Amino acid sequence: MAGIEVTSLHKRYPDGTVAVEHVDLSIGDGELFVMLGPSGCGKTTTLRAMAGLERQTSGDIRIGRTLVNDLPPAERDIAMVFQFYALYPHLKTRDNLAFPLRAEGKPEKEVRERVAEVARMMQLERLLDRKPQRLSGGEQQRVALARALVRRPQAFLMDEPLTNLDAELRADVRTEIKHLQADLGTTMVYVTHDQVEAMSLGHRIAILNKGRVEQVGTPLEVYDRPASLFCAAFIGSPPMNLIEVQVEEGALHGPGGLVLTPPDGLPRDRSLVAGVRPEALEVTAPGAEDTVPARVVSAEALGDEIIYVVDHGGAADVRVRMPPTVRFAADDRVGLRHAGGTPPVYDTSTEELVA
Amino acid sequence: MAISIDEAVPGPATDDAPAERRRGGRGRMVVEVLLLTALAVAMLFPVLWMLETSIKENRDVYAVPAKFFGFDITLDHYKDVFVARGGGQSDLSGSFLNSVVVAGASTVLATVLGVPAAWAYSRFTLKAKKDQLFFILSTRFMPPVVVVIPIFLMYRELGLIDSKLGLVLIYAAFNVPFTIWMMKGFVDEVPAEYEDAAMLDGYTRLQAFWRVTLPLLVPGIAATAVFALIFSWNEFVFAIFLTSSQEVRTAPPAIAGLIGGTTVDWGLVAASAVVFALPVLVFAYLVRKHLVAGVTLGAVRR
Repeated sequence: MAGIEVTSLHKRYPDGTVAVEHVDLSIGDGELFVMLGPSGCGKTTTLRAMAGLERQTSGDIRIGRTLVNDLPPAERDIAMVFQFYALYPHLKTRDNLAFPLRAEGKPEKEVRERVAEVARMMQLERLLDRKPQRLSGGEQQRVALARALVRRPQAFLMDEPLTNLDAELRADVRTEIKHLQADLGTTMVYVTHDQVEAMSLGHRIAILNKGRVEQVGTPLEVYDRPASLFCAAFIGSPPMNLIEVQVEEGALHGPGGLVLTPPDGLPRDRSLVAGVRPEALEVTAPGAEDTVPARVVSAEALGDEIIYVVDHGGAADVRVRMPPTVRFAADDRVGLRHAGGTPPVYDTSTEELVA
Repeated sequence: MAISIDEAVPGPATDDAPAERRRGGRGRMVVEVLLLTALAVAMLFPVLWMLETSIKENRDVYAVPAKFFGFDITLDHYKDVFVARGGGQSDLSGSFLNSVVVAGASTVLATVLGVPAAWAYSRFTLKAKKDQLFFILSTRFMPPVVVVIPIFLMYRELGLIDSKLGLVLIYAAFNVPFTIWMMKGFVDEVPAEYEDAAMLDGYTRLQAFWRVTLPLLVPGIAATAVFALIFSWNEFVFAIFLTSSQEVRTAPPAIAGLIGGTTVDWGLVAASAVVFALPVLVFAYLVRKHLVAGVTLGAVRR
């Protein structure tokens, strides 16, 4: 097992496209580290550079204590699971699992034992004599995981491994991956564009945008205090409400008279935006205590909760998450109040967190 | 990867159009069938005539009016193709052997050079890749006969005139561009992730190509090789310009050489033409599945 250090990674393709602008990451030994970002943010390129499938233009990658910049993928002692599984279609499950062991030139007896062991662990015994075309998506994914496990590598790299599974199966395999990683204690780098996956899996999450790391933190840190407006808009569904505010008389004043608790150390001379989670707002009957008048634009009943889109006179409507017991219809006059703690505040010009 | 014709061609759609339109459809169908029949007769009659001539006695070959039916069947012409009149090997059988050697060797050479090249063009970013590929394709734009004189002069300098090696090289040179282009399509269809996975599993890039990509390319290689083989087997112009001796001559110029002189043994010409056509038919039949897979390439959802 080993940690992975990425220092000043930069990747520019011959045609001039910059896939990774500047990435520094320090992934701990035994950590499940998630790289999250929209498509084209450089997360997959960073992962492929770690794997050795892309050569970075500049910057260093260390796995354990070894500088691996010039090592081919085969010598980095890592395993990777691909979005399309990449099971060798001409080989049976058994031979797919044996493939990396045979590359190491292990004696056939040991190969058989270790294939049997990993097949037992991943419950693949009855699939061993099938070829990949005859496996379902979930089974293929389990075989791909098993093939990564069989070599007992220093680290696992996962490139959006659940994207091609249907929603129900995705949750199952997600849990399975989480348990597996916890049991084995192996370092795992997991790339995804799905924030739910990132939040539920990661010990820590790195949010990437335009080839740069916007924020690294635990799921709750990332959720509670997004480091930039990009992170604020990316994490959470529905995303954070970004409300323009002014600092007056020791409080944050939003449009329509909405008042928020200000964090310490706010600069006064800049235009600011407060990030307010939908669950930090409340829709009440009109005229209730501490509320500002507002109007329900639409209501999305999701069963376990209702998302109200509310117009309170600001530049943009805000989204409010309420329990399903609170019922308002579209166009109802309501009251809106802030019920959470201190919101993070951003500078609109730098788009970064100021307090 | 391989698709049989039944799978590749959608079945007839259920026709629930009104009766009027169906009648129009039937009229069209009659015209279509008539046209296709005429075309088939025009295309197949020479083949049929060749087959008939090859098994007719010589007197029936020259019979006026021509005999379509009711002639005596003989296999003497086929015997003459392989066995010389006075016993021993005939000249023609030597030419057929030359054809096998030249076509086989040039196909192998073109495949061995073309498949890795196609893989490289598919997988790697190269400077001016499109221009290079266009250049490779452009060598096929002109009819090969245009360069036959320069090639003849070059070969004379190099001492390749009237040698099987010379024919092998020139046929391989014509087949390599074709192989690269056709194989590039097949390689593009094999996801690069397989090689990535193999490299992470502990193999080098070449080993990954050899162990993972190559087995998946076998249908494509078979289809491409058959096309290359057919080209080399059928080639006539270069064979007649670059070879002169009986020991080197391939079948096409040898068969053509039977025509001329005072009398023409049409039965022998027909029999050797049938023998010449058979290997191509057999090969095309053997790889027909892969040929269809080659034709329907890209129709497969990934």
